[in-house]
Amino acid sequence: MYYNVFGEKVSRRRFKEMCNAAKNRRELIAAGLTSRRDLFKMGLLTAGGMLVAKSGLSARVWGQQSFPAPASSGSNQSPGSFNLCVPGNQTASPNTTPFLDPLPIMPNPVTVAASTLNPMPTICPNTGSGPDGTEVRAACHQAPELNLGMFPFPPPRVYKFTQEQFTVRQTSDQRLPAQTIWGFHDQGNVKVNGPISPGPTYAANYGTPQMTRNINRLPSVNQKNNTGFGFPSVTTHLHNGHTPSESDGNPCDFYPAGNFCDQYYPEVLAGFNSTNPPTGDINESMSTLWYHDHRVDFTAQNTYKGLVGFHLLFNQFDTGNENTGFHLPTYPDFDIPLLFADKIYDPTTGQLVFDLFNLDGILGDKFLVNGVIQPFLQVQPRRYRFRLLDTGPSRFYEFFLTQLNNTNATNPFWVIANDGNLLPNPVQVNSVRIGVAERVDIIIDFSNFAGQTIYLENRLNQINGMGPVPPSGFTSGQFECTGPDSHIQSDILPAGKGNLLLQFQVSSKSVKDGSVNPATNPTFYSLPDTTATPRITRTFKFDRLNGQWSINGQFMTCDHFRFLVQQNSVENWILFNATGDWTHPVHIHLEEHQILSRNRVAPSLVEKSRKDVTQLHPNERVLLFFRFRDWLGKYPIHCHNVVHEDHAMMGIWNVVASGADTVLVP
Amino acid sequence: MIDESRRKLLGLLGMAPIAGGVLSMSAASATASDTRPGTRAAGSTRAATSDRSMSAMARRRIQEQHLPNIPLLTQEGKQVRFYDDLIKDKIVTINFFFAKCDEICPKVMANLVKVQKLLGDQVGRDLFMYSFTLKPEEDTPDVLKRYAETYKIRPGWTLLTAKPKDMELLRRSVGFTNPDPKLDQDINQHIGNVRYGNEPLMLWGVCPGMAHANWIAESLGWMMRPDSIRVGSPAAAHDH
Repeated sequence: MYYNVFGEKVSRRRFKEMCNAAKNRRELIAAGLTSRRDLFKMGLLTAGGMLVAKSGLSARVWGQQSFPAPASSGSNQSPGSFNLCVPGNQTASPNTTPFLDPLPIMPNPVTVAASTLNPMPTICPNTGSGPDGTEVRAACHQAPELNLGMFPFPPPRVYKFTQEQFTVRQTSDQRLPAQTIWGFHDQGNVKVNGPISPGPTYAANYGTPQMTRNINRLPSVNQKNNTGFGFPSVTTHLHNGHTPSESDGNPCDFYPAGNFCDQYYPEVLAGFNSTNPPTGDINESMSTLWYHDHRVDFTAQNTYKGLVGFHLLFNQFDTGNENTGFHLPTYPDFDIPLLFADKIYDPTTGQLVFDLFNLDGILGDKFLVNGVIQPFLQVQPRRYRFRLLDTGPSRFYEFFLTQLNNTNATNPFWVIANDGNLLPNPVQVNSVRIGVAERVDIIIDFSNFAGQTIYLENRLNQINGMGPVPPSGFTSGQFECTGPDSHIQSDILPAGKGNLLLQFQVSSKSVKDGSVNPATNPTFYSLPDTTATPRITRTFKFDRLNGQWSINGQFMTCDHFRFLVQQNSVENWILFNATGDWTHPVHIHLEEHQILSRNRVAPSLVEKSRKDVTQLHPNERVLLFFRFRDWLGKYPIHCHNVVHEDHAMMGIWNVVASGADTVLVP
Repeated sequence: MIDESRRKLLGLLGMAPIAGGVLSMSAASATASDTRPGTRAAGSTRAATSDRSMSAMARRRIQEQHLPNIPLLTQEGKQVRFYDDLIKDKIVTINFFFAKCDEICPKVMANLVKVQKLLGDQVGRDLFMYSFTLKPEEDTPDVLKRYAETYKIRPGWTLLTAKPKDMELLRRSVGFTNPDPKLDQDINQHIGNVRYGNEPLMLWGVCPGMAHANWIAESLGWMMRPDSIRVGSPAAAHDH
């Protein structure tokens, strides 16, 4: 007996056709299909031989519509998959049973003695080689050169990471084989003693500089052991670090296996060398950062293959201890980073696949949290802080708390930080939306759910790389997305019909909770002033010309700087989206920004914050405030839909001590 | 029920020789590790073996899904096969154009002429450039030949036409499509990118066809020399 995804019986011949027909959304597009109805017809009628064989990926890109689980759901198929929008008669990633595996908690890295590094680290790029390889770094470490007392060399904490290929299970469901991916091996941690992905979670402290010897030991691509995607040529970016350029992990500073880069992280507040000497502006404190590969043109493949991890920053207020400072839930017991990634597995082999030939954005149908498909987490009935990170490649998420036995309930929670930066005060929400690379820190109080099982659910409807389905009333031709019942899709799926990401199993035993209750409206940091007159207001138009992603009509190159920024100056930037249908999460390195307005309207409470990624919606014009401080050197501005980023929607600019330009549209 | 269907699907595909290999591989890797998810599997020679066959499998998957072996004609009228003759074991660039295109094509093609000059005799020896017509019904080998002469296209860069149906299959397979079906049918909106790749190493990337010629040439350099280093440029230019 053969069935389609609706649970309807089909003939063997039809089933074979379905399997063949599954593959290619492009086929459907090229056939000039403009409605879901046609798409379905096509999916049903097209003979298998007419269609290009293609991975499960694209099958879904056109498909997002929700439909009820097959009536005979005695199988142990993932509820997430039941509810996922897979078009009829299309294959998908293999089924997996959800919530089999506990949420992995990435360990903290362990320091090594600087003397164990060989060759010994040097302030200017090392000229010698040793067992660690050969150093490739763009310039001398700015921090110790600037102030050796404040930034000693070597710094108090030294880590040694090797990037390696390894094999790991991403679910204990045996229907999916072990996967060969890339990760970070913390050479200081004898307990873990091997690479992991996501990599170790740094728990850094302001005022304690640290350095990582970041060694590329991925298999050389010439060994012909590539698993189908990924370029073992790397550069690791610390996302939102106030980091000197040479340690920032610039996309152009990539290096192959056998080489390393010493990355010096000053862990210092912005303004220490400019507006707020000597220690910087406390209101520029950051909390949730992450690191990821940033190799120009290959970032999507390399991050998808596993080169990602968290970098948390604590200080005297955000202490990681609920009995001190802001009294936020204690790390790591009640403060848990969650790294989201959506992926695709080959329907027959179960192997992780990446669509190398996609220009628009890649959506997966399997949702991994901290490297595992749909894990569970046992929690106590108290407050927890979760740090949610969307690592893409291209999907936006809108997170809700869902009780499957009471889908009418709204379950509010608190947003305390945007892009890892604590808001002035907590904001209560029923849901929160983030794009690729954005973070949001939330407080969930499980005391109302003692003894229950609840879910973190993504209810945002996204059908392709263009961005989320627009709200109803905004529907244009290509977004028309109707299900079997011809209902037009909404942007937010009903509770329980989205993607169940993480299951919380709440114990019933009441426990002590020393953390601050967000309802008491605690105060965190103030927002830095944005009234200073900008030296210049630059405009950046994000556009698409014949499939070519561009900023101001120009394309990525490492060969020259797009513009020169004066060190320690204020600039306003206008991000303008000239593409009527696409949403771009735009990321800018070195300094955070504040959104002054979106289409001349002030930002929402959650967005009234310091940001490093701004969602740029269709036809939108967003005004940003910047203060470029302290460090010099090259940094990028780019779209963080990593498929767009890899296809040239990026530009490199340079911070200079003198000779800044006044190019308005760089 | 769905699970049962999937097993049936596997059985079905198992009859095909290629999929049979795939299946046995899948079973092997499923047992390669029974460690907990999120932890590292114990290293073993078995893992090394499966890396190699996994690699072969991945290469075949890319070929089957993206590199169809359609027949084409060069500007010299020579019949070639896309995968066998143009792509297999080669480093290549792929782009689409048509002779009478007067908007984006002249810019991209003139840019690629610069790229060919920059790469010198590597083109035709280490690297092969291919441009495929989007109007195969009017761009005959003769038309393509005149086009190549007009643009002073040198050996190592081939212009190709095919049966319209085959060309359309190729265009879709290599991802030169627009997600908006209406735009996708508008030939003036056709994708102006240049796809580049190293087929045996499964390295595939894209440059905008209108990117700086130097940058396109450098990107192709990564395909020829994947172990290259780029740290420090443009001129470790900060003046501290």
